[in-house]
Amino acid sequence: MTATTHDHSDHSHEAHHQKGFVERWLMSTNHKDIGTLYITMAVIGACVGGVLSIIMRQQLMYPHNNIITSGAAWNAIITAHGLIMIFWFVMPALIGGFGNWFVPMMIGAPDMAFPRLNNMSFWFLAAGFVFVMIGLLLGNGAGAGWTLYPPLDNAQYSPGMATDFSLFSLHLAGISSLLGAINFIATILNMRAPGMTMHKMPLFCWAILVTAFLLLLAIPVLAGAITMLIMDRNFGTSFFEPSGGGDPVLFQHLFWFFGHPEVYIMILPAFGIISHVVSTFSRKPIFGYLGMAYAMVVIGFVGFIVWAHHMFVSAISTDSKVYFEVATLVIAVPTGIKIFSWIATMWGGSIEFKTPMLWAIGFIFLFVIGGATGVVLANAGLDQELHNDYFLIAHFHYVLSMGAAFAVFAGFYYWIGKMTGHPYPEFWGKVHFWTFFIGVNLTFFPMHFLGLAGMPRRYPDYADAFAGWNYVSSIGSIISGVSTLVFFYVLYAVFTSKESLADNYWGEGATTLEWAVPSPAPHHTFEDVPVIR
Amino acid sequence: MKRCITSALGVAGLLALFGHAALAQATATDPSAAANVYVNAPHNWQMWFPAAGSPMMEKIDWLMKFVLWIMTGVVGFVALLLAYVFIRFRAGRNKVPSTVTHNTLIEVIWIVVPTLLLAVIVIPSINLIYYEADTSNPYLTINVTGHQWYWEYSYPGVAGGLDYTSYMIPDNQIQPGEIRRLSVDHPMVVPAGKKIKFVITSADVLHGFYMPSLGMQRYAIPGTNLTQWTIIPKVGTYYGQCNQICGVGHDAMPIEIKAVPLADYLNWVKYAQANYQ
Repeated sequence: MTATTHDHSDHSHEAHHQKGFVERWLMSTNHKDIGTLYITMAVIGACVGGVLSIIMRQQLMYPHNNIITSGAAWNAIITAHGLIMIFWFVMPALIGGFGNWFVPMMIGAPDMAFPRLNNMSFWFLAAGFVFVMIGLLLGNGAGAGWTLYPPLDNAQYSPGMATDFSLFSLHLAGISSLLGAINFIATILNMRAPGMTMHKMPLFCWAILVTAFLLLLAIPVLAGAITMLIMDRNFGTSFFEPSGGGDPVLFQHLFWFFGHPEVYIMILPAFGIISHVVSTFSRKPIFGYLGMAYAMVVIGFVGFIVWAHHMFVSAISTDSKVYFEVATLVIAVPTGIKIFSWIATMWGGSIEFKTPMLWAIGFIFLFVIGGATGVVLANAGLDQELHNDYFLIAHFHYVLSMGAAFAVFAGFYYWIGKMTGHPYPEFWGKVHFWTFFIGVNLTFFPMHFLGLAGMPRRYPDYADAFAGWNYVSSIGSIISGVSTLVFFYVLYAVFTSKESLADNYWGEGATTLEWAVPSPAPHHTFEDVPVIR
Repeated sequence: MKRCITSALGVAGLLALFGHAALAQATATDPSAAANVYVNAPHNWQMWFPAAGSPMMEKIDWLMKFVLWIMTGVVGFVALLLAYVFIRFRAGRNKVPSTVTHNTLIEVIWIVVPTLLLAVIVIPSINLIYYEADTSNPYLTINVTGHQWYWEYSYPGVAGGLDYTSYMIPDNQIQPGEIRRLSVDHPMVVPAGKKIKFVITSADVLHGFYMPSLGMQRYAIPGTNLTQWTIIPKVGTYYGQCNQICGVGHDAMPIEIKAVPLADYLNWVKYAQANYQ
């Protein structure tokens, strides 16, 4: 793989310094600037969503607690926490952020295929964030849960505009994701450097490509569902209204036809990042590259035909349950391929335990735990007992709050030097990892016990018998919160650092194209088309 | 696991004694009082399912242990592999990394073995699905309707009819022997040892009819009837809660089911017809 010439990049570096703040950040067409905007959005989203989660854990620390006294406020908080963490933290961090920054660089492209569309994607998302915040704060707030099930959020049971704002925020986030997906697909399929065949393409690009197809097929279904909901609320239709011949169960089908691929939309880019980090710090190429790439394709495909496993206690037939259970369990096989291939990549390697690697290892281990409870929940017969209780909450926070979020941090520590040109403080990075690891495990592991004991989700107050583990869990959330302050110190240290970094500061283990350009990556990455091998 | 359950039983037993003594006076005329001898409610620091109150829950408990042991084995195996890799292949000990990136045999193994494990899980699991769906030949059918924020129980087969509402006891009116957030004013009463069929629906938004100790859960959906069934062999009191977000009172509509001997049940029907409706 070849590097660009430094003269050229220095020149272009100058060119962008001449742009004013408004022109550079509000009218940005550069994939790195837009990536930075997305990451900023993700930091804001994570802070808001995280503060909401700490408020919830404070309320749940003791039974009969009085932090949140209104049920409406509680429901608005749980709804906003879910929506914000998904659409304004995990997705912008992994797809819009790291995807924008590194997909073009990794495939040797000068930028994304449609730079202005790229800018538009970001601002739709930013506008969506304003809307979801209005949904949280206006009146009683939008409080039907992130799954938005009618009839609870129809005009009768959720009057007021807050719910409409939340629904429109999903439209905006959806348009943003859709345009972003189109852009990624066009970029990856058309703009790879000569010699970069699909089967030589880095796994992160494969991950983003599969994710983009999932978005392309799933988002329109969500858009249709929430449009029908908005029509029911405001224009007197009755798509989901039994008294008018509609059916609330239809919404559940439509929502989860989007919602299940959505969980893979959040985790596939994470898989991509983990592959790069594991390979880099083992100083070995990824084991079973083709298996890794096609495992993601299979996960993406099967992810579309398992949606009703979210509805095992809703209105589906017994035979459908059998089908959806078996199809769901099948996903464990390609996921197993990924886990074992990461371990095989480390096998025989020369492993350095730098901060990004710690996050990647944490990801692998905790994701396996979340996957194991996922296999449990896939059993329709067991889901009848565990559906919607804290066992489920524990499961999906193990795969998202520990899976996806750990991958976000792995990517951050891995690439922050490439993005800023400055190293992060290794010691504080490790402090961040260990405190966060302890915090999230203390928060979410006891939730398995609460769920087994039968504690339902979305409760601001619970029977006194659930007090013990709730208290432990709330202590864990405080530790995670403090850990996040350490992360902000790391950010501060990076941006005030005077040290600069070499092109490839991770050494021989890092082989993708972003390591062939200077750190920070110049405003225009490749002045000349790089040739692969 | 066994220890968890025995301690669960122990605590439940203590609760039952306490509850029995306290309730004896207040409910002297209530024919469902027999159910106070055994209270199946969650207890602090509980780490496993409630003690199974129905054959269905026994099967769920068994399958859960079966699947969880397999998955614990998988997690443990991965943890061991990771630990070995970290010790054996850390940079300080293994300075020159290998360049191996393929091994067809191992790649086939890690596809085939997980598939076999899943097959082992699927067979008892599918049996359980059909078992749970078998609502045939009930002794008694009860219609359960969710409302914001209470449950309505009706006994369509009972002579003279019986239809009443069941509200949570508010926190400030809890009497000794009642459980805050779980006890209700008018519990559902069923004959112990008989097959009961529930027809579950909602009058407004979605609710969730969730009885963890009986292994039952269905959404209550307006315009749709979903069914569940149970047999409660042991005379006693069993608790559950609404498990689908339904608005500001979501956490304030618990379910209390009392299983009593058949004769007591028949007396209770008359009592309820006079006092509940």
